[in-house]
Amino acid sequence: MHITKRKEMPIGQAIAIRLGAIVVALVVCGVLTACLTGLNPVDVYAAMLKGAFGSPRKIWVLLQEIAILLCVSLALTPAFRMKFWNLGGEGQVLMGGLASAACMLLLGDKLPGPALIAVMFVTSLAAGAVWAFIPAMFKARWNTNETLFTLMMNYVATQIVAFYTIRWESPKGSGKIGVINQASHAGWLPQVGPSKYLLNILLVAILTVLVYVYLKYTKQGYEISVVGESVNTARYAGIKVERVILRTLLVSGAICGFAGFLLVGGTDHTITTTIAGGRGFTAVMVSWLAGFNPAVMVFGSFLLAFMDAGAGEISTAFMLNHSFGDILTGIILFFIIGCEFFVNYKVRFESKREVAEGV
Amino acid sequence: MAQQQPAIRMRNICKSFGSVQANHNMNLDVYRGEILALLGENGSGKTTLMNMLSGIYYPDSGTIEIDGKRVNISSPKDSFDYGIGMIHQHFKLVNVFTAAENIVLGVKEKGKFNIDAAVERIKEICDTYGFDVDPYQKIYDMSVSQKQTVEIVKQLYRGAEILILDEPTAVLTPQETDKLFAVLRNMRANNKAVVIITHKLNEVENISDRVVVLRKGEYVGEMITSETTQQEMTNMMVGRQISLNIERPDPEMKYRMKRIVVKNLTVKNREGVTKLDDVSFDAWTGEILGIAGISGSGQKELLEAIAGLQPVESGSIEYMVDVDEPVQLIGMDPVKIADMGVALSFVPEDRLGMGLVGSMGVTDNMMLRSFRNGPTPFTDRKDPKHLAEVVVDELEVDTPGIATPVRRLSGGNVQKVLVGREIASAPTVLLSAYAVRGLDVNSSYLIYDLLNMQKGNGVAVVYVGEDLDVLVELCDRILVLCGGKVSGIVDGRKTDKNEVGLMMTKLGGGEAQ
Repeated sequence: MHITKRKEMPIGQAIAIRLGAIVVALVVCGVLTACLTGLNPVDVYAAMLKGAFGSPRKIWVLLQEIAILLCVSLALTPAFRMKFWNLGGEGQVLMGGLASAACMLLLGDKLPGPALIAVMFVTSLAAGAVWAFIPAMFKARWNTNETLFTLMMNYVATQIVAFYTIRWESPKGSGKIGVINQASHAGWLPQVGPSKYLLNILLVAILTVLVYVYLKYTKQGYEISVVGESVNTARYAGIKVERVILRTLLVSGAICGFAGFLLVGGTDHTITTTIAGGRGFTAVMVSWLAGFNPAVMVFGSFLLAFMDAGAGEISTAFMLNHSFGDILTGIILFFIIGCEFFVNYKVRFESKREVAEGV
Repeated sequence: MAQQQPAIRMRNICKSFGSVQANHNMNLDVYRGEILALLGENGSGKTTLMNMLSGIYYPDSGTIEIDGKRVNISSPKDSFDYGIGMIHQHFKLVNVFTAAENIVLGVKEKGKFNIDAAVERIKEICDTYGFDVDPYQKIYDMSVSQKQTVEIVKQLYRGAEILILDEPTAVLTPQETDKLFAVLRNMRANNKAVVIITHKLNEVENISDRVVVLRKGEYVGEMITSETTQQEMTNMMVGRQISLNIERPDPEMKYRMKRIVVKNLTVKNREGVTKLDDVSFDAWTGEILGIAGISGSGQKELLEAIAGLQPVESGSIEYMVDVDEPVQLIGMDPVKIADMGVALSFVPEDRLGMGLVGSMGVTDNMMLRSFRNGPTPFTDRKDPKHLAEVVVDELEVDTPGIATPVRRLSGGNVQKVLVGREIASAPTVLLSAYAVRGLDVNSSYLIYDLLNMQKGNGVAVVYVGEDLDVLVELCDRILVLCGGKVSGIVDGRKTDKNEVGLMMTKLGGGEAQ
């Protein structure tokens, strides 16, 4: 068997391969579903679609999920392009959300609505940025391993949120904060249009364009690419590598903080230790799948959010648990990532005997 | 020779990488008892062709016969089994092992492993061919030439009957090259087949029996070495008539002034080893100052210190804005140096690891040192794009497009992009490290012309080189480094390569103090 790199593949053929991969994935998932559960796979797939698109509300929720996941993915991407593996998205989102919640609780009756939201916005971004800045500083100064450092910062953030959850719990003894400012709606982002989710979705859409432009067309974006490729080249070009690392992680953390702000101020109006919901890690996958291209991340976020919504639906509709949905998600992802190999390479089979015979 | 059975017969070999056709319908015969030189410009497919013999690549189509038998080489192991040994440009040795341990590494023999027996056999091989190897010496203690010797002995130990060497002399001094060639002649006498890839025509003349010329992935012809000339080989390789003399115009008197004055410069590397020891010299406007030395004698540190990339222990580096207006460069980074109005271009040795960004296209690489220009936070790609088109056009860079990542270009084209950018900034000082390393004749001469053109414009050119023939032909003055010390500065018009070669080793090896 011999593997060779392909010439540039026509875009139509590449899309056909990817669609083919999804079809094969669905067949494999179908066989697996039938074998393991005895259910008709077509019914299961229909339920998944219904779970994601079954009602206007479901569609809005799906869009909101896409938006938040995309937001965190966008946050990680500048760091990733610099080959700084920021796995601390979870903690940075939490810290941003905690800052928002703190403002709502402590300043809710002291500031007028717009001013409160402005303060929440600034403190959330700052909190997320600080959480990313700490590992970045250690990396820039002492070249510590950012992967472990950012990962550990997640646990610290979770425990800080847990601490304040108890301190601010309401009602006392419930072990959670509950909806903040239920009566006054102080610090709640205003509803735009038909759904409370629309504002979040619009803000993330704008952010996507901004990050795309930042990475592709600004001097800072250029510096990030050079540092990511080779630190030596960056030094040669007179780029201050330490400064670029710090600055980029401030941006990365701030966008994570912004995601926390959207979650607390825009939809949940409360804070829990699980508010980030693993998106800090799912976003790593989205960012990689898209090759660090913000425009492509929209599709990755859609795929993962859709699969998650579908998994939730089949777990209730067919009395399966959520894990079964995750199995299907895993299989589909495997095929989608795997098919890239066939887009880039061609495989030829040839036996030794054929060669000897001169075939 | 026609009636003799060839050791290797390659027929209609095709190999492409993506849209790049590296080999097209290539034919090659190699006979026992001969040394065959494979000649071609950068990117002409020499290394690709040889890599298909050594099992690193697999041909898309075509056939390979070894001693008349059709074979299928799909891994380096297959290649060994057919008695093919290849010495790559980058050695594949384990640094902390001894020579003997490296040589026996990966050899599967029956019974209990006996290092003493192996050492005996190694010594035997060394005696037969005239190698000079201490089997118990560790690789990290060895010079480049010794490491290469270990690589060759390793192949012979494994029973290689056909030896392929990919630019073996690029890293050797003239004396070491002579030694290598003596060994290769012994192998020929022992009825082995030797294929040598090289750019250096005098070496082709010196060592080979037959020359095969490749151009743009195709076989163009072959000649018996004794019946041809360097000029004929070059013409066939390039496909047109080119001149083989390196020009050396006299420096124009109107520019004569010192531009860079280095005094008592001492530099230590990160491990605290002294790399430059009390180095003093001047670089003048309108001249090419050559810097010669065994690799690792402090050339890299010297250039990087001037460019503001290397911390300095003591001494001074002055840039003379005018005859009596010195600017101290020590303590400044590249951006500050540029801001001071010091126009300094630097072509570093590590092209893709330092001078260029491999994943970016020509356009984006053009702006590497100028991307800060302009008042807005956005990059301006209009001027770099224009510059990229000019460089690609004028220096004949062979690339599918100016957006193609430069990593995918061949070595010569990468270097053209780098030199093109550095010259475009209209420097007053041009520092270049191994500007023609790995470049074919045509590209090399283009680079020499560009350097001479800069010299004619009054630029102080510093040329760190390794080919002594070129150094003594191109440079006005040559500074010879030996173990981080200046062993002398000679007039390029009055010296010869033997004198320079001796000065390179005069202070006794590469040890600094």
